[in-house]
Amino acid sequence: MNEALHIASPAVTTPTPLSPEATIRARVSNLDFWYSKFQALHSVSMPIHNNKVTAIIGPSGCGKSTLLRCFNRIHDLYPGARYEGAIELMPDGLNLVSRSVDPILVRLMVGMVFQKPNPFPKSIFENVASGLYVRGLRNRSEVEGRVEKALKQAAIWDEVQDRLKKPAYELSGGQQQRLCIARALAPEPKLLLLDEPTSALDPIATAKIESLIADLAHDVTVVIVTHNMGQAARISDQTAFMHMGKLIEFGETEQIFTNPTVDQTRDYITGRFG
Amino acid sequence: MSDIAIRAGDDTRRLVQVKRRQDLIFGVVGILVLFVVMGLLMTLVADLLIDGLGRISPEFLTSFPSRRAAAAGVLSAWVGTTLVMLVTAAIAIPLGVGAGLYLEEYASKNLLSDIIEVNVSNLAGVPSIIYGLLALGFFVYALDMGQTILVGGLVLSLLILPIVIVATREAVRAIPSGLRESAYGIGANRWQVMWSYILPSARPGILTGAIVGLSRAIGETAPIITIGALTYIAFLPPAPVTSTPPWINFEWLNSPFTVMPIQMFNWTSRPQAEFHVNAAATGVLLLCMTLMMNGFAIYLRYRLRRTVRT
Ligand SMILES: Nc1ncnc2c1ncn2[C@@H]1O[C@H](COP(=O)(O)OP(=O)(O)OP(=O)(O)O)[C@@H](O)[C@H]1O
Ligand SMILES: [Mg+2]
Repeated sequence: MNEALHIASPAVTTPTPLSPEATIRARVSNLDFWYSKFQALHSVSMPIHNNKVTAIIGPSGCGKSTLLRCFNRIHDLYPGARYEGAIELMPDGLNLVSRSVDPILVRLMVGMVFQKPNPFPKSIFENVASGLYVRGLRNRSEVEGRVEKALKQAAIWDEVQDRLKKPAYELSGGQQQRLCIARALAPEPKLLLLDEPTSALDPIATAKIESLIADLAHDVTVVIVTHNMGQAARISDQTAFMHMGKLIEFGETEQIFTNPTVDQTRDYITGRFG
Repeated sequence: MSDIAIRAGDDTRRLVQVKRRQDLIFGVVGILVLFVVMGLLMTLVADLLIDGLGRISPEFLTSFPSRRAAAAGVLSAWVGTTLVMLVTAAIAIPLGVGAGLYLEEYASKNLLSDIIEVNVSNLAGVPSIIYGLLALGFFVYALDMGQTILVGGLVLSLLILPIVIVATREAVRAIPSGLRESAYGIGANRWQVMWSYILPSARPGILTGAIVGLSRAIGETAPIITIGALTYIAFLPPAPVTSTPPWINFEWLNSPFTVMPIQMFNWTSRPQAEFHVNAAATGVLLLCMTLMMNGFAIYLRYRLRRTVRT
């Protein structure tokens, strides 16, 4: 993966030297985004800390999903999408939203889990292995090892280990969502994007996924969009608050929730918004 | 307080009653329409069965046409229909599915693709005789291919190509955007997304379109007559498999042929009543062939549904 990054990196900027425990994984700077005529993001700038969980919160329609989907260029599937500015992936400073960077290369480095669990209509094993096959990995024992590791990371191994050949749609909604997390984790992405991963799930399944996200942060950098204030407070290290396509405030989660500097943020997290 | 609640309850009840009555009226109208349509269809099929069923025998299936009605059979016709349908399927399905997938997944959406889209849909409504004329001018005269099974298959595939294309596009469009997004999300390229995720999920819909197209083609008479297919064929095309290497033989593609609808048409235009019975029997067989094709499609779809579920 690293070689691919070096080859495709068009402009290598010097990464800001930071202490090892505070490294930046990615840096969003002055990011604008348009759906055809409509500008959905206005000059968003924020850092994504390495091996931390960054939460994006804000009222419905403020552009949380739009921002998240810039990170893996899924907008490129639809005509009229336009980016301006940069999301630099460290340490090389590869600009993920640059027109000269192939979106497929971006998606090979950045995994995503969507709001609605959407396993492929294949077996459980094939679902998790799909990302590996796409990367040309064919070695049976290596694929099996990686699938097992990903399923364990996604805290679903115990439930599926003796039915890996069964169709994925036989799983419950919460299990399907964890399967999708495993599918995103298997190729060891540099960034894991989660768009309201628990909004379609019951409290127990939600709790499972929350605790797994907290564990994941040891190995992966996670960016999560959530509507649930409590969830953001529980699992994230940094929080970004957005409103009308703008980033209003970014900071340590504790500071955002206990001592926000902007009134809008305070109103939102105390439920006095709009 | 309770007064309002009771009144609201009354309103709700009245609303439910109105809805019930609407449901009932719609149901009755629906059943009446269904009976009229089914009744008409049943009468036609029953008429055909009464006339023709008694005439069907092993000899009828294994004899060539003859001037004597009692000795005539449909051997050359059903073999011709089978072979022409094979050619049609082999050409129309890959081309139509390929074009449909390209238009839906690859082609950029602009004015040109809009024009193509409208025209493909319009082509499905062009009278079949026009296709026959096109084939006569192009395949038979310009390319000098003659009145062969290959040309018959070509003209029928042109005829049903729009049906297959439209069905493919609709099947692809019906795939939830979440599946596409997550397939691209794992880093797959277009080819991988299409081959491993889109196509398997779209297969049942594509299959339905292909069978609708082939069912239309199997009964077509006008374009086949237009290209000048013979109505009296007393021999079979060369066998596609041979006993000597290379064991496979494509000579049959260049053989003259007739098909079931032409045989039927030919016999109905004779004055003798015995030939009309033959025509009815041919119609029954043609119906059976169509039903068999549909049955095969239902079976395939069932198999696919069991392995692929979205
Ligand atoms: N495909 C699209 N085309 C045009 N505008 C869009 C499109 N998708 C979203 N938008 C607009 O962009 C803005 C941001 O949408 P986005 O989906 O990012 O909001 P969100 O913060 O994720 O909201 P929610 O919490 O409801 O999911 C909204 O005003 C929305 O109407
Ligand atoms: Mg959203």
